[in-house]
Amino acid sequence: MSSVAISPARQTMRRMAQNTSVMFGGFLVLLVVLMALLAPYLGTRDPSGISPKDRNQPPGYETTVRDRDTGQRVTVEYRLGSDTLGRDVYSRVVYGARISLIVGVSVATIAIVIGMVIGVLAGYVRWLDGIIMRVMDGLMAIPAILLAIAVVSLFSAGLLSVIIAIVVPEVPRVVRLVRSIVLSIREEPYVEAAITAGTRTPTLLVRHVLPNTIAPLIVQGTFIVASAIIVEAILSFLGIGIPPEIPTWGNIMAEGRSVFQLYPHNILYPGIILAITVLAVNMLGDGLRDTLDPRFAKRV
Amino acid sequence: MASYLLRRVIATIPVMLIVAIFIFLLLRLTPGDPATIIAGDYANAEQVAQIRESLGLDQPIATQFVIWLGNMFQGDFGESFFYKKEVSELIAARLEPTLSLSILTIILTVVIAVPLGTLAAYKQGSWIDRGIMGFSVLGFSLPVFVIGYALIYVFSVQLGWLPVQGYQRISEGVGGWLYRLILPSIALSVIFVAFIARMTRTSVLEVLGEDYVRTARAKGQTETRVLMRHALRNAAVPIVTVIGLSFAVLIGGVVVTESVFTIPGLGLLTVEAVLARDFPTIQAVILLFSFIYVLINLIIDVSYTLLDPRIRY
Amino acid sequence: MDQKYVLEVSGLTVALPKNADRPNAVENISFTVAPGEIVCVVGESGSGKSVTASAVMGLLPDALRPKGGKTLLQGEDTLTAEKSRLRDLRGTRMAMIFQEPMTALNPVTRVGEQIAEVLEIHTSMTAAERRQRAIEIMEAVHLPDPEKMVDAFPHQLSGGQRQRIMIAMALVLDPALLIADEPTTALDVTTQAQILKLIKEMQERRGTGVLFITHDFGVVAEIADRIVVMQHGRIVEYGDRDDVLRRPKAPYTQMLMASVPSMTPPERSAKTGETAVEVKTLNKVYGKTSWLSKDRIVHAVQDVDLMVRKGETLGIVGESGSGKSTVARCIARLIDPTSGSISLHGTEIATISQSQLRPHRRKVQIVFQDPYRSLNPRRTIGQSLVEAPMNFGMAEAQALKIARDLMELVGLSGDALERYPHQFSGGQRQRICIARALAVEPEVLIADEAVSALDVSVQAQVLKLLDDIRVKYNLAMLFITHDLRVAAQICDRLIVMQKGVIVEHGPTRAVYQNPQHPYTRLLLDAAPGQGMTFGSEIAPAAAQGS
Repeated sequence: MSSVAISPARQTMRRMAQNTSVMFGGFLVLLVVLMALLAPYLGTRDPSGISPKDRNQPPGYETTVRDRDTGQRVTVEYRLGSDTLGRDVYSRVVYGARISLIVGVSVATIAIVIGMVIGVLAGYVRWLDGIIMRVMDGLMAIPAILLAIAVVSLFSAGLLSVIIAIVVPEVPRVVRLVRSIVLSIREEPYVEAAITAGTRTPTLLVRHVLPNTIAPLIVQGTFIVASAIIVEAILSFLGIGIPPEIPTWGNIMAEGRSVFQLYPHNILYPGIILAITVLAVNMLGDGLRDTLDPRFAKRV
Repeated sequence: MASYLLRRVIATIPVMLIVAIFIFLLLRLTPGDPATIIAGDYANAEQVAQIRESLGLDQPIATQFVIWLGNMFQGDFGESFFYKKEVSELIAARLEPTLSLSILTIILTVVIAVPLGTLAAYKQGSWIDRGIMGFSVLGFSLPVFVIGYALIYVFSVQLGWLPVQGYQRISEGVGGWLYRLILPSIALSVIFVAFIARMTRTSVLEVLGEDYVRTARAKGQTETRVLMRHALRNAAVPIVTVIGLSFAVLIGGVVVTESVFTIPGLGLLTVEAVLARDFPTIQAVILLFSFIYVLINLIIDVSYTLLDPRIRY
Repeated sequence: MDQKYVLEVSGLTVALPKNADRPNAVENISFTVAPGEIVCVVGESGSGKSVTASAVMGLLPDALRPKGGKTLLQGEDTLTAEKSRLRDLRGTRMAMIFQEPMTALNPVTRVGEQIAEVLEIHTSMTAAERRQRAIEIMEAVHLPDPEKMVDAFPHQLSGGQRQRIMIAMALVLDPALLIADEPTTALDVTTQAQILKLIKEMQERRGTGVLFITHDFGVVAEIADRIVVMQHGRIVEYGDRDDVLRRPKAPYTQMLMASVPSMTPPERSAKTGETAVEVKTLNKVYGKTSWLSKDRIVHAVQDVDLMVRKGETLGIVGESGSGKSTVARCIARLIDPTSGSISLHGTEIATISQSQLRPHRRKVQIVFQDPYRSLNPRRTIGQSLVEAPMNFGMAEAQALKIARDLMELVGLSGDALERYPHQFSGGQRQRICIARALAVEPEVLIADEAVSALDVSVQAQVLKLLDDIRVKYNLAMLFITHDLRVAAQICDRLIVMQKGVIVEHGPTRAVYQNPQHPYTRLLLDAAPGQGMTFGSEIAPAAAQGS
């Protein structure tokens, strides 16, 4: 027994710093975040600016344009080539990180907040449990992408409708997770001791039950970010997601489909960046799962 | 056993009902009046009213739901706004490619993933294990369409070994059918191999830590047989469960894969229907897919009774 | 093959992984097992007794590596044997049975096949012969109707029957050495008695040498020929049964022996305090009938009447499934009784709503079995201790002061309040839980198997503490236990429960000396180590209590 009080949280932080998955995945995620934040300063141009004469050019293509302010001719480079409308693929890829991250993080946050509330209700209010879980089973029976497709088809295309469309199928998964944790934790002797101590139910939940959901939810949240990024890309790629003029990785690839055999770079580069991003988030999630909650590591 | 089956079947009814309600409400929530959409741009008010009446849209919503559900049960999914054909006909025509792609993918996945996962569990901590797990994380980080295009680029565009896209019916020859399905099913199976290999590893590892595995070793059983006879046999239930649950993801993947490889199946139909806002078709396809998913998981639930003697009655 | 010893362990040392609390799991262990002899290795948790057994079988987990010594099985060293040779030896010349019969059998394979598997590995018998042999050995271990049971799955058998299957499996090839690692610990006391009898019978008939690992001195007294006492990975005493049990030399053995509660209840005067809690016709029924599932009703508790006075300890004893814990949980209102009355000082609490109940919560506190799960790992001891008083309106400073005093009372220092549960041992945590229960000055304290998970030396201390605080606070204590030795020492009166029903009720001494109900007699007879007198009587507090 050491003389200093070491809180369980500090121990966890220490374990995380020693985990290669957490550090490497986290580092890559950080790079993507920086890319999104610093997009205007990374040698990019207007990602939506079209230039019909420069369309379908290979990576490294250079041309001269008249600068709007000075009137002088300057050389611009299409580092990753141009698409069928002559837009700079490099700029679009860099700016695309913004949409992917916004979608990923918002979906995870919203799904967890909603899922947590419903999950706690299901786990703690007995008569609600049956009804809630049947509805969740029903929602889970609809394959996620189809459910998302169905939801986007209702609204006009846009960021918000895409986010809602991806949130809906994620919610039941969070609900199930939270509910199962609540159900098992409420049987723990220390929770029962708190009940006999006269602790009111809301306090009981906040103090003794919900802290147990934090670690699993952070892990689950990470995986939701990864899957939301993929689903957004898929929806955009299928042409039913975010409007095509907005630069998203899915949109760039959708744009490149028709000329793929001749100009594979329109699909190749955003594809690689997308895969690296998702890989980084998944690695981070894997590492977090192993370090935050070893018991949870058994479940997926 | 019979009563267990009956109870399982009955338990799926509320689930399917909720799916149906959700999908039904989806059509009702659509901006605009379905009757107006069906009637087209040049219809007058009288025609619209007539269509509304024929569709039962003037009835209360609960009645409409019951009528709609009744129609669904009889396989009457209504008429497609876009194709001006019976939706059931459309679906029937598109069923074969989707089934072919799904079944081929599942076979490919199980054949590759279960041995890989078992091997990784058996060699836990070794470089084989780390390699397989590394591939697995990579595998489900790669979106299906990225894999699809990468495969097309290498094997079709550069090497010219396999066709870029398209589908050939099985009735026109198994060779051509398979030839055109190789790339799509490989592309689609990557994510499932990754997922199921991982779950297999977890399940087998868990079983290898069980007391009865120690008992088997204490009997003098060889490690291979401990693995095959005791570990895999007990890990079967979780593995099969995961295979069942992954059908949901598979169906999503089918939509994308068919789109990449231009396979005229239900997935492509879904995308076309969404782009054309063809609600009866969207409804029918989603309902069908969900029904198949529930059915598969029902079959898997029932198969537990064969895999695990504790689950009986 | 005519060896003097079936097992000769000499100088066995097994290293622990780095950053463990000590360098070796076991260190320089030497002992022998002769044919037809039962050698008990006894020790508390962490003594290294199971590691010793696993080392002999070659079944050590990968993290533990043998560093030195020999384990000679009929002269052949199993520590250095090739893996394949080791496999040949397992099942044929050495066999092992484990603690948990519920999990030690493969749930998806028929028990007969699991026995036959041993024959399949080591003999050239045909399938029919193997099956026949399995039936024979099942008959030998007195399993009912082996012809039918051979095709049963483990889940269809009781715990005792499964342990018989394990024994049958271990003995089917007549090994020279049988290693039994706590084989009766997970079983009820009546089943334990039968299994011990069976092991003894089989061992005598076949001349098997048995290495028996246990923590329970009662069991040791019941079956040992010779005894190895272990502490912290070392042997502290080794000798013949009577020498060790009657004339222990090592202070540690003496302390252990003194800690084992005696089966003879001390004289206790009847308590006459006012009634603190009274329970009348309490019923708890689980499950309900529906048209799909036929009668799945479990009557966990049926028409239970009981009463505890202030300053008195009422024990409820019974085997698993007797409903004793359900009664306790109903009184604490952790579960809602189906019917009946629970009256606290005249206040009826059986049926009132949670909000009406809250002010009365303070009066009934409970200490649970598992000290590792009884404290919220995320909260400091101080936070856990002030929770209840603050719920009932006490200021934090005041509550902390009381907490500090209580920590002293239960034998811990006040600065423990800033630490987290993981920094304490099981016994210390149980003391903390007692302090937490006392923080709201309850009238009734329920101890639900509160000392069952503790090592015997710690158990004695915690029992003493419980008895002391009962006297100090004039508490009504409801003591739930399956352990008849513990019950004998701490309870004034006793209730014996079986299948949800009270079968006997009376002053502890009267119940032990003159049991009326056949089930009580069965229970008392089954308690191991009757012939041996063990030291511990919790005399002082009991004497004051009158």
